[in-house]
Amino acid sequence: MQPDSRPFEVAVLLSVGRHPLTGRARRADHDARGLELALGLSRNLDRLQVRVLHAGHHDADNDAALRGYLGMGLEALTLVEQPAGADVIPALADVLAMAPPQLVVTGSRAECGEGSGLVPYALAERLGWPLVNGVVEVESIDKGVATLLQALPRGQRRRLTVRLPAILSVDAAAPAARQSAFGPAQRGALDSLQEVAIIDEELTEWTFSPARRRPKRLKIIKATSARERFKAAAAKAEGGGGQVLSNVTPEQGAEAVYKLLEEEGVLR
Amino acid sequence: MTGDVMTEIPRRDPRREWIARNRLHPDHDRVLAELGQGSAAAIEWMGPHGVMRKNPHAAGFIGPNGLRRIDRSGLQQGGAPSAAARGRQESRRRVEIASPAFLIAVVPEMSGGRLSHHDRDLLGLARQLADADPERPGAVLAVFFGSYKGEGEGEPKERALGEAGIDRLLHLTSDEYDGFAPQARIAALAAAERELSPRHWLLPDSPLGGADLGRRLAVRLDERAATGVWQVEADETCMLGWRCTARGAAGSLDIQRPLPRVALVLAECAEPVSETLHAAEELALNIELPANLARIEDLGQVAVDPGSVSLGEAEFILSAGNGVSDWDGFHHAARCLRATEGASRVAVDNGFMPRDRQVGATGTWVTARVYVAVGISGAIQHLQGIQSCEKVVAINSDPGCDMVKRADLAVIADASEVLAALVDLVESRRSQANRGESRDAA
Ligand SMILES: Cc1cc2nc3c(=O)[nH]c(=O)nc-3n(C[C@H](O)[C@H](O)[C@H](O)COP(=O)(O)OP(=O)(O)OC[C@H]3O[C@@H](n4cnc5c(N)ncnc54)[C@H](O)[C@@H]3O)c2cc1C
Repeated sequence: MQPDSRPFEVAVLLSVGRHPLTGRARRADHDARGLELALGLSRNLDRLQVRVLHAGHHDADNDAALRGYLGMGLEALTLVEQPAGADVIPALADVLAMAPPQLVVTGSRAECGEGSGLVPYALAERLGWPLVNGVVEVESIDKGVATLLQALPRGQRRRLTVRLPAILSVDAAAPAARQSAFGPAQRGALDSLQEVAIIDEELTEWTFSPARRRPKRLKIIKATSARERFKAAAAKAEGGGGQVLSNVTPEQGAEAVYKLLEEEGVLR
Repeated sequence: MTGDVMTEIPRRDPRREWIARNRLHPDHDRVLAELGQGSAAAIEWMGPHGVMRKNPHAAGFIGPNGLRRIDRSGLQQGGAPSAAARGRQESRRRVEIASPAFLIAVVPEMSGGRLSHHDRDLLGLARQLADADPERPGAVLAVFFGSYKGEGEGEPKERALGEAGIDRLLHLTSDEYDGFAPQARIAALAAAERELSPRHWLLPDSPLGGADLGRRLAVRLDERAATGVWQVEADETCMLGWRCTARGAAGSLDIQRPLPRVALVLAECAEPVSETLHAAEELALNIELPANLARIEDLGQVAVDPGSVSLGEAEFILSAGNGVSDWDGFHHAARCLRATEGASRVAVDNGFMPRDRQVGATGTWVTARVYVAVGISGAIQHLQGIQSCEKVVAINSDPGCDMVKRADLAVIADASEVLAALVDLVESRRSQANRGESRDAA
C-alpha cells in the first residue's frame, strides 16, 4: 500500500458547552477551537479527513450545540450513544482504538458536569499515546512526526515535535473558531453509534451546587504591640531591603540591572 | 550577683517593688537603678501580680520643645531582653518529624526556580493534612524539578524551604526534566510513589505546568483526581478523612466530594505556613528513567514579539514614566531587551504611550516577574498595579521617591544614560555570545 494513498485522519472530540451567562447549550469554546485547528490542517496536508465524535445523546436541548459544530463545514458528526451520567472514557477509547486516527484533538476541559479536564489524559493513558496540552498551531506533519507550537503562560510559545499517533488538547490560547453557518448545520448528519455504557458510580455520590463566591483572603496580622498593628493597617510600600545604588556611573548602574535581569532569566 | 540562669525565674522583693513605685522614698533612685540592672533606672519590672510595670518617668527622652517624649515602638526600651527571649522572638518554632506516620507529597511548580505564592498556599494545605492528628504527625515531602534559584544553596536554602513547611525534599536536577518533559517527570514521580507511597499528592492547578503534570500523574496512578480544589475540611465519614470542595464545569459549579489521593489545588486554598520551621531534609532516591522517552521532543521556546503580549500577562516589562525624555531611546531599549512596554499614567496622558500600555489602578494590573520602572515616581495608584510583581527595578534620579522604596534594585541616575548603557551592554554581550557560538560551530 502506498503511504500517500490514505488520507491523514484526524478525530476531534466534541462536547456540549454551556453559555456562562445564559446557561444555554452551545458549542464548547475549547472544543470548537480544537475543531478549527483540525480543519486548518488542510493547509499542511493534501488529503485530510476529519472525523468528529460526540459521546452522549441527542435531544432537543443539545441539538443546537451539535449542529453548531456541523455548521463549521462538516458533513457528519458521529454520535457515540451514551446515557446521561455515563463514563464516556471507555466508550471513546473503544471507538478510537477500533479505527485509530493519526491525531486526536480535544478541548482542554468541558463546560458542564465535572469539567476536570481529565478526559484527554485518561484517553492518552488508555491508548498509550503521547499527549501535548495547550497546542496553538500545528506547523507541519511529516513522516509521522508533527511539529507543534504549544502555548505557555505569559503569551510565550514553545516548539515541540511529537511522534504520531498522538492526542493534542487545545485551550483558550488557540485561534478562535470560525462562525457556524446555519444551512450546513441543518444539512449535516448525526450518525449514531451504539456503545456499551458504563455508569459513573462515583459521580452519583458527589453533591453539585452552583459555585459559591470564594471568601476573600484576610490579611492576617501577627503583631504583638499596638504600634505594629497600626503600622500594618496603615502600611505603605516599604523598603523591602532593596539595594539602592547612588553615585554610580550609568555604566555601573546598567551592569547591576543587567546582572539582575540575567539572574531572573528574562534576557533571551 | 545572680547569673543569667537565675534571672529567668522571677524572684520578687515586695519591699523593693514598693519603693520603686514610691517616687518620694529616699531610696527610690537606688532601687530603680538596681531593678534596671545597670542602666540608669529601671523602666520595666515585674509587678506584684505578675504584670509588667513601667516607670514613665524614667522612659523616653526630652524632645526639642522641652517635653518628655516616649517612643512606644519598643526601639528605645532599656533593660535589654535576655538572650533566650531574643532567640524566641527571632526564630520560628522548630518542628522535627523524625519518624512520620505518613507522607503528604507536594510538587510545587517553582516558576522561575522559586516557591510561588501558589506553592506556599499548597504547602500550607499539606501541613494541615499532615498535622491534623498531633499524636501521629505526617511529614510534607516536596518534589522539585530543575534548579533552585531562591535564597542560595545549603543553609539558607534549607531554612527558606523549611519556613515554607517542607520536612523532606526530593530535588531532581537532571537535564532530562528540563523544558517540556512530562514523560521523564511522571517516571520520577511514579518512582517516588513506589518507594515512598505518600498518602496524598498535591499539585497546583495552574497553567504554569502543575495542571498538566497533576493530571498526568493522576491517570498514571489510576486515581480520580479532584481538580480546582479550593477548600478542604476534615470529615470522618470519608475514606481518607477529608472532604473537599472543587470547582467544576468551567468554574460554575462547586463539587463536594471526598478528597482523593491526587488533588489539584487552586491558589489561596490555605494559609501559608508562618509559625513553624521545618527540617527540609534532602532525600535521595534512585530513579531509573526508561530509556526510550523521546516521543515528545522539546525544541525550545520560540521568540515571540513582546509587543504582541498583553500587558497583564507579560513576564518582563520595561515601563516609562514622566522621567523619560528620550522616547526613541526607550523604545529601542525595550526592543533590545525584548521586554514588553508599559507606562505610567502621566506618560500616557502626555501622549507618549498608548492607553493600553498604562500600568496601575486605572490601567492594567500586571503580573510581571521583572518590572523595570524608568523615571516613575511610584504614586500609590501606580504601585497598586505592580503589587504582584516579583522583582522591581527602579531607574530614577530621585533617591527619595516611593518607587525606590518599593524596588529590589534602584539605580539613582539619569534614565536615558542608564538605558543607553544597558543597551550597549546587552548588545556587546549578545555579539560576544554569537561570536563564541560561531567559533564553536567552526
Ligand atoms: C484617580 C487616579 C487614578 C490614577 N491611576 C493611575 C494609574 O492607573 N497608573 C498610573 O501610573 N498613574 C495613575 N494615576 C496618576 C498617579 O497619581 C501619578 O500621577 C503618576 O503615576 C505619576 O507618574 P510618573 O511617576 O510617571 O510621573 P512623576 O510623578 O512626575 O514622576 C517622574 C519621576 O521621574 C524621575 N525623573 C525625572 N527626570 C528623570 C531623569 N532624567 N532620569 C531618571 N528619573 C527622572 C523623577 O525623579 C520622578 O520620580 C492616577 C491618579 C488618580 C488621581
